[in-house]
Amino acid sequence: MTSAGAPVPVNNPHQAGPPLWLLAELTYRCPLQCPYCSNPLDFAQTEQELSTEQWVSVLRQGREMGAAQLGFSGGEPLVRQDLPELIAEARKLGYYTNLITSGLGLTKSKVDAFAEAGLDHIQVSFQASDPELNNAVAGSRKAFEQKLAMAKAVKAAGYPMVLNFVIHRHNIHQMNDIMALCEKLGADYVELATCQYYGWAFENREGLMPSKAQLVQAEQEVNQYRDRLAASGSAMKLIFVTPDYYEERPKACMNGWGSLFLTVAPDGTALPCHSARLLPIGFPNVKELSLREIWYDSPGFNHYRGDDWMPEPCRSCDERDKDFGGCRCQAYLLTGNADNADPVCGKSPHHERILAARRAADHATAGLDGLVYRNANNSRLFFRG
Amino acid sequence: MSQIPRFRRGFRFQWEPAQDCYVLLYPEGMVKLNGSAGAILDQVDGQRDVEAIIAALQQQFPDAGDLGADVRAFLKDAEQQHWIELS
Repeated sequence: MTSAGAPVPVNNPHQAGPPLWLLAELTYRCPLQCPYCSNPLDFAQTEQELSTEQWVSVLRQGREMGAAQLGFSGGEPLVRQDLPELIAEARKLGYYTNLITSGLGLTKSKVDAFAEAGLDHIQVSFQASDPELNNAVAGSRKAFEQKLAMAKAVKAAGYPMVLNFVIHRHNIHQMNDIMALCEKLGADYVELATCQYYGWAFENREGLMPSKAQLVQAEQEVNQYRDRLAASGSAMKLIFVTPDYYEERPKACMNGWGSLFLTVAPDGTALPCHSARLLPIGFPNVKELSLREIWYDSPGFNHYRGDDWMPEPCRSCDERDKDFGGCRCQAYLLTGNADNADPVCGKSPHHERILAARRAADHATAGLDGLVYRNANNSRLFFRG
Repeated sequence: MSQIPRFRRGFRFQWEPAQDCYVLLYPEGMVKLNGSAGAILDQVDGQRDVEAIIAALQQQFPDAGDLGADVRAFLKDAEQQHWIELS
């Protein structure tokens, strides 16, 4: 038993609540080449994808444990031919099902068929507000036109419309145009998500990270637009995710390790977040263990639960229950040790790495052609051993 | 004339045994509802108007006193949150 004021009990698997959010990364295959993709750099090395039956089993187990939100993501989930079957199964189980797609490979008849199968929501991602920049970032000549057509089809089919734009130094000047485009398309939610620097985005950080001045201006534009929407009674909601590299305290990453989110990667590897694969920790596979064993009992999922693992400055910090020391992946990428405080924190002895990235962003001049694009050929360059 | 509340497109209300509460699900999000919010939204079926909902709740909770003001205030708030539409 703990006395009042003592830290939350740690590393007791039974303290963990259920995984309310299940992210099914159905495949790493994708027709686009976005240089900020969150997939692992060595994705092309991934072995066989789970079968339909294996995914159905994952969905059933997750729902039994209490998962309510389900994301079908990837790669591009539309590549999977069994998607309609998985959607129907998910809806039958009672999930709120989200399809997170580039829009490539989508057709009007698929949009309607998915609605019939019980899909609740389709999120279409864009790369920019105009075709030239959009297609250059996506590495695909016809992407923008297709995305526009599919956004309209999603709206026409009666889905709630969520549009997602990943924001970086090459499109952050388009904020007003992006929001106007979304309003014109009738979006209910607009995610303006500044790059998070994992996977390919970490590799390309210098070429993607906006400067402080760019960010300040974008925030002003979003706030002004928000005021205008409110004044006109519009229900369109703008969600602006600013980069944590400009914060002095880290984000409460994933709301805490193994607290709400469970990701299953294409090959069945279960992860506490979609980036965790890069950590030097062994993660279980749904082909070998039940989801319940994975979530409650596996060393991978218990690794950073509670706060016993924390070194200083987190250990004695009175904000440790609020931000959980930040992001383990970011700590690993920037300090080489995933136990360390997230260097975003001003108290971290490694905070200088963040300050250096900010200075670099103030002086960066490289164009889009300096970025490493996410494709199988480039991925093979990152294979280890 | 009394208004009829209905859930906004994309919003789903359901009981979650694992959380032991009603929740409202929407694109990539979820609101856990407390007992009274759950009881009120459980009456929203797109058919009954606000007065009928109040009457049903009065019957369900006979000892609760006059619920009218609280229910109207909650539904107004839910409309402002864009969870429901009143028409």
